[in-house]
Amino acid sequence: MSQYLVLIYGEEKAYAEGGQDLMDEVMRGHDAFGTTYADKVLGGNALQGADTATSVRRDAGGGFTVTDGPFLETKEAVGGYYLVEAADLDDAIGMAKAIPSPGGGLEVRPVMVFA
Amino acid sequence: MLADAHRREWGFVLAATVRVTGDLDLAEECAQDAFARALVRWPVDGVPRSPGAWLTTVARNRAVDLLRREAGLRSRLPLLVQDEPAADPEHHEIQDDRLRLVFTCCHPALAVEAQVALTLRLLCGTSTAEVARAFLVSEPTMAARITRAKRKIAHARIPYRVPAGPELPERVDAVLAVVHLLFTTGHTAPSGEALVRDELLDRATQLARMLHALLPTPEVSGLLALVLLHDARRATRTDEHGRLLLLSEQDRSRWDRAVVDEALALVRRALVAGPPGRYALQAAIAAVHTDAASWEQTDWGEIAALYGLLEQRWPSPVVALNRAVAVGLSTGPQAGLDLLDRLGGEPALATYPYLPAARADLLRRLGRDAEARTAYEDAILLTENDAERAFLTARVRALPG
Repeated sequence: MSQYLVLIYGEEKAYAEGGQDLMDEVMRGHDAFGTTYADKVLGGNALQGADTATSVRRDAGGGFTVTDGPFLETKEAVGGYYLVEAADLDDAIGMAKAIPSPGGGLEVRPVMVFA
Repeated sequence: MLADAHRREWGFVLAATVRVTGDLDLAEECAQDAFARALVRWPVDGVPRSPGAWLTTVARNRAVDLLRREAGLRSRLPLLVQDEPAADPEHHEIQDDRLRLVFTCCHPALAVEAQVALTLRLLCGTSTAEVARAFLVSEPTMAARITRAKRKIAHARIPYRVPAGPELPERVDAVLAVVHLLFTTGHTAPSGEALVRDELLDRATQLARMLHALLPTPEVSGLLALVLLHDARRATRTDEHGRLLLLSEQDRSRWDRAVVDEALALVRRALVAGPPGRYALQAAIAAVHTDAASWEQTDWGEIAALYGLLEQRWPSPVVALNRAVAVGLSTGPQAGLDLLDRLGGEPALATYPYLPAARADLLRRLGRDAEARTAYEDAILLTENDAERAFLTARVRALPG
């Protein structure tokens, strides 16, 4: 078994426009996912919107620059994540397909193991 | 003899050795050792009855040896994920693991160019230098691409497994796409002197045959038929000076009838099995060409209809272009030109030499020679293939005026 982080990307605009109905549907999807894969989901959270993000970068002088906004400005932002346990990449991709991601998609990243 | 064994057995030996090593690099090293050993032993002992089994046993023993000797010394990538751990390799029955290997190489989580490179390298034993030449990149670039793909297989844990259930058709499509890409790259080399890269075509044919032997689904039959039908015409595609010959100029008596017959049987099987897939349809188109006694007697209406079916389910600008050409030959040049004119603004075709070449031909048949000349010249500027350039130039010279 290996661990994978599944990052959920979406367009925040789609959620804003979809209203409560879309939100309810997505929440039902997450509940179903959590039930189906109860013993394989190690953790996960939804995140506040990208407009609440703060980026902290090292600057040339050895200090830090703190700025408003996500690290990368993209149309689709990370809106949540799951940490899952899977036998292999195919297994992890199969789980990812069951995670709601209206108007967006998912990124599956293997967690590094230090021997 | 050994070169022959290398071509036929490399994938088999490597795939079976990977089952023991769980590591692609180590398996490659051991398979290479086995072939080197054959080079010494076979001239003395004679060629073994089953060269593949002999080579596999030697490669696996070498792997066991290296794994014992270097246990803990090598810093290796994580082992491949396999369903059942390989049993005691010294007594393990040698299975045909090439399907596992091909599904790992053609996993959609790898970039397509990496899938193609890995397939050539691991299943066909093509050297990195040759793979680099085939895809017009430098050897270090190709080596880096292959290394990166192998690292991803290990770290992301892409399994060494034939996918099952609903996943299978999608994954087979990915494998077929790789074989088809090899085939089209070999069929018309994107640039350079030789029109046909025989080596790539041979590899594509060999892979299609292997897939069909191990996984005979209708769509695999369709792809094998498509590859074989073009392969049967290979010797007639250029004249002795390497000049491209159009289908209308090819000597049909020199098409390889045995290969054609084999392919036609495969097309029939693929077509009756249900709604035809994209390769079965393309094979059916090639079959109509092969069936015709001459260019003039080709059933262009049938070809236009088949391209129509292809366009409905798998629309692409190139398919639309081919349909326009077939309509131009069945209904008439004006009808073909009308369809082509709709493709004029298609960005995917902006640098595609066959669009102006097809236009030029239709204009020539309509007697609009000045416009035909301009279109031929556009095509000449766009083609990177010397044989095609020579053909187009001859066409311009043949125009009146």
